[in-house]
Amino acid sequence: MIVLQLAILILVAATGTAVVFSRNAESQPIGISFYGLVLSIMFFIFQAPDVALSQLVIGAVGLPLMIMLALARLRRPDR
Amino acid sequence: MNRIARLIVFLLGATGLAALFILAFLRLPGPDDLRNRTADRANALTVPARHTTNAVSTVNFDYRAFDTIGEEFILFVSVMGVLVLFRETHAKPAREILRDSSTPGRDLAPSDAIRAWTLVMVAPKILFGLYIIAHGALTPGGGFQGGVILATAPLILFLATDFRTFQKIASFHLVEITEAFGAAAFVLIGVVGLFAQRAYLTNVLPMGTTSRLTSGGMIPLISVAVGLEVAAGFVLLLYVFLQESLTVEHGEA
Repeated sequence: MIVLQLAILILVAATGTAVVFSRNAESQPIGISFYGLVLSIMFFIFQAPDVALSQLVIGAVGLPLMIMLALARLRRPDR
Repeated sequence: MNRIARLIVFLLGATGLAALFILAFLRLPGPDDLRNRTADRANALTVPARHTTNAVSTVNFDYRAFDTIGEEFILFVSVMGVLVLFRETHAKPAREILRDSSTPGRDLAPSDAIRAWTLVMVAPKILFGLYIIAHGALTPGGGFQGGVILATAPLILFLATDFRTFQKIASFHLVEITEAFGAAAFVLIGVVGLFAQRAYLTNVLPMGTTSRLTSGGMIPLISVAVGLEVAAGFVLLLYVFLQESLTVEHGEA
């Protein structure tokens, strides 16, 4: 169990750093979405399935969707 | 400010932050000391007092339901914000060109395999979403999580067909009304407590039998209200997103 916890914590740190270092606006929502997925697995491993479900919903789906919407709007400014 | 000066400022801040971070971590309780009195009380009270088996939902929809109203309205307001930001799109007929399979010449039409598989998946998805919402008081999940699962059903219908079908099945006004209804229902369920001469959102309904769907008094009702609001809110977001990414202006097309 402790090995699994350590592994997921390291994965969270790695993906979080990767999100910060990705400079490309298109790849950032995908990175954040993957980071949200990893975080939700972390919550599940630490025995919080409810939080894991909420995190999956917000971090892996909701937030990237909103960022992509904002990007779509910025790409095509209204005259 | 040149590069080296910026680096020095960053390093100063970073070392300070790192030192505070390490100091804070040294005083963290170990994994065995993490049990706290609130958690123990919630766990001890859930079954005898509320006849429910999911302590998290019981805390969310009962003991601190008022906070949950606030959380739900965060989502409500963000969806409203997105709709307001994108509202001119609806009024522009010049951009009503749909680049999906209903437009001839689109080479990204879904294959028969995708079509068949997604259509098979729609019913189980709806059932699973309703299951998670209805069992909020019993197993992990609840209105929030189940609502998003419900919202993915129209999305995979879009994957299998096209935007026009999506629009037909999830009519914009119907979804809008559902979202408002879910949000209003939560607020109004709380008023029941006032009629029983108790505080707002007090769980005054009969608690039912433990491990039954009807157990928990107002908890399943609030779960359903939140489920409707969240499902409709996410469908609205998908709506705006699909509309924005599928329309092109006349010049570009």
